[in-house]
Amino acid sequence: MKRVYVNEEWCLGCHLCEYNCAFANSGLKDMVKALKGKKIYPRIQVEGDNNVSFAVSCRHCEEPLCVKACITGALHIENGIICTDKDKCVGCYTCILSCPYGCIMPAEDGQVIQKCELCIKNAEGSPACVKGCPNKAIVFEDNETRENEMKKSEAVK
Amino acid sequence: MTTKYLIIGNSTAAVGCAEGIRTLDKSGAITMVSQEKYQAYSRPLISYLLEGRTDERHMLYRSKTFYKDNGINLITEKTAVELDAKTKTVTLNDGTKITYEKLMNATGSHPFVPPMGGLDTLPKYFTFLSLDSAKELEKALAKKTRVLIIGAGLIGMKCAEGIADRCGGITIVEMAPRCLPTVLEEKAASIIQKKMEEHNISFDFGDSVKQFTPNYAKGTKEGDEASVSDKNSFENNGKKSTLGGTALTMNGKTIEFDVLICAVGVRPNTQLVEKAGGKVEKGIIVDENCHTTLPDVWAAGDCIVSHDITADVNRILAILPNAYMEGESAGINMAGGEKPYNKAMPINSAGFFDLHMVTAGSYTGKCIDASKNGEFRKFFIDNNLLKGFIIIGDVARSGIYTSLIRDKTPIDSIDFDTIKDEPRLLAFSKSRRESILGGKEEVPAASWNFATI
Repeated sequence: MKRVYVNEEWCLGCHLCEYNCAFANSGLKDMVKALKGKKIYPRIQVEGDNNVSFAVSCRHCEEPLCVKACITGALHIENGIICTDKDKCVGCYTCILSCPYGCIMPAEDGQVIQKCELCIKNAEGSPACVKGCPNKAIVFEDNETRENEMKKSEAVK
Repeated sequence: MTTKYLIIGNSTAAVGCAEGIRTLDKSGAITMVSQEKYQAYSRPLISYLLEGRTDERHMLYRSKTFYKDNGINLITEKTAVELDAKTKTVTLNDGTKITYEKLMNATGSHPFVPPMGGLDTLPKYFTFLSLDSAKELEKALAKKTRVLIIGAGLIGMKCAEGIADRCGGITIVEMAPRCLPTVLEEKAASIIQKKMEEHNISFDFGDSVKQFTPNYAKGTKEGDEASVSDKNSFENNGKKSTLGGTALTMNGKTIEFDVLICAVGVRPNTQLVEKAGGKVEKGIIVDENCHTTLPDVWAAGDCIVSHDITADVNRILAILPNAYMEGESAGINMAGGEKPYNKAMPINSAGFFDLHMVTAGSYTGKCIDASKNGEFRKFFIDNNLLKGFIIIGDVARSGIYTSLIRDKTPIDSIDFDTIKDEPRLLAFSKSRRESILGGKEEVPAASWNFATI
């Protein structure tokens, strides 16, 4: 399955992915209207200090602790993608307490959670964060392709 | 009646079990027996239902077609009364005999009601564990109803939050000196307590009820009590009376109430396995695959004794995530696979009037207090391992801490100081991050050291 992978050494810490994520999930067509002057609530977040930076979003784990711990059944798996049903979610945050990577966050209204769904449910269709990344610090790749690529690059080294 | 897999129960552990079975065995017949008349629903949501934050349709734990999709024959409103592990037969309360190849006992727990003087003289008291109990309670509530809740644990507290806006006031009597005594220490409890008190909820700590006196015994006449709604009235020897009464506490307080709710805690339903000769202590004894001491009988959820990895003790962990994972582990084992569940620990996440609390593990060892700006954050580190934490307020990304406990990550292998204020993956080694985020295989510390030599 294709997932978002991070190439830490290429991340500039520009936070563009966060803005593209918030825009893609805003449902609005105008980026200015969606983002200007607003606090954004992206589903991907850039972490870092002066030396390193990297973007963190849902790993879509094969053994998703969030789904197993979800008390309502709102979190579920659709074709390998971990999705949430905001009508079922009551915002108990058991998933937030369970996700080992800190990838699930409260939604803007604080009443439900939100998480990366690889943009399958918005107009983008595939991860907007990756499309907008200027430096390929995040990529949308198949596990196998990625493993092969990495082996190749290791071999070159 | 014959089935390959028989699951007694239809809640979290039972669903986990069925899903576990279906990861390996797509077609073997599964039969589930439920005491209730509903499809599996999320039990903790009953307080949200009364609060109006969900409805019955959204309380379904799985899709409407779950049973059909998974080839499950659901038998409702029946209980299993006898298990014969030798002949592999379970008898239901209507006499039906079901023979099985593999049995899951996911019988859950029942409300524990401590002995209290005069309790049996009350026309009625409520518990708060099932959808029916919530519906029943809802019917008894009116704008001016004075509610008395026994127990300030999670059930009592969530119940209070759920009904606070639809009754005339709530008093909670708790034997411990604070609310949520098993998951919070003093300071944290006082923060939650304050929040609850803002919503017409008052507490009587370090106290318990000595004697109940029902209203009818005092000869309450019709219309005597303005606070009592007609809904609560009932006929008693021709005299109109109510469900309410007066509670006299050990500390000498007198509390008048219209509705009494007992929410002291739960006790595991172990009878079926115990009567069949399975080993039972505080709950049903199981191994890492949730197998009981009886052949081809597994058990999971509130009815079993779990091994808490944070305190290294065996205890009842009646919490939903553990129930699912135990059920799943058992289901996989029942279908011939193996996926031991050996990471059980207490975790609790709940909001009280939008003030969020998360807790995990045990509060042993050295306490690191990282509270600031009104946010409560305490960590407990023992022997270079994070053992537990309590956060009230900003709970974002707290699962990163939980994983440190679960994975027994040595604290000196990460930069804990940088994450005690805010959980971040930055605290981990580059190699660990590349494994989490980059899809690369993590270089184990030992071989990495070897390579540098």
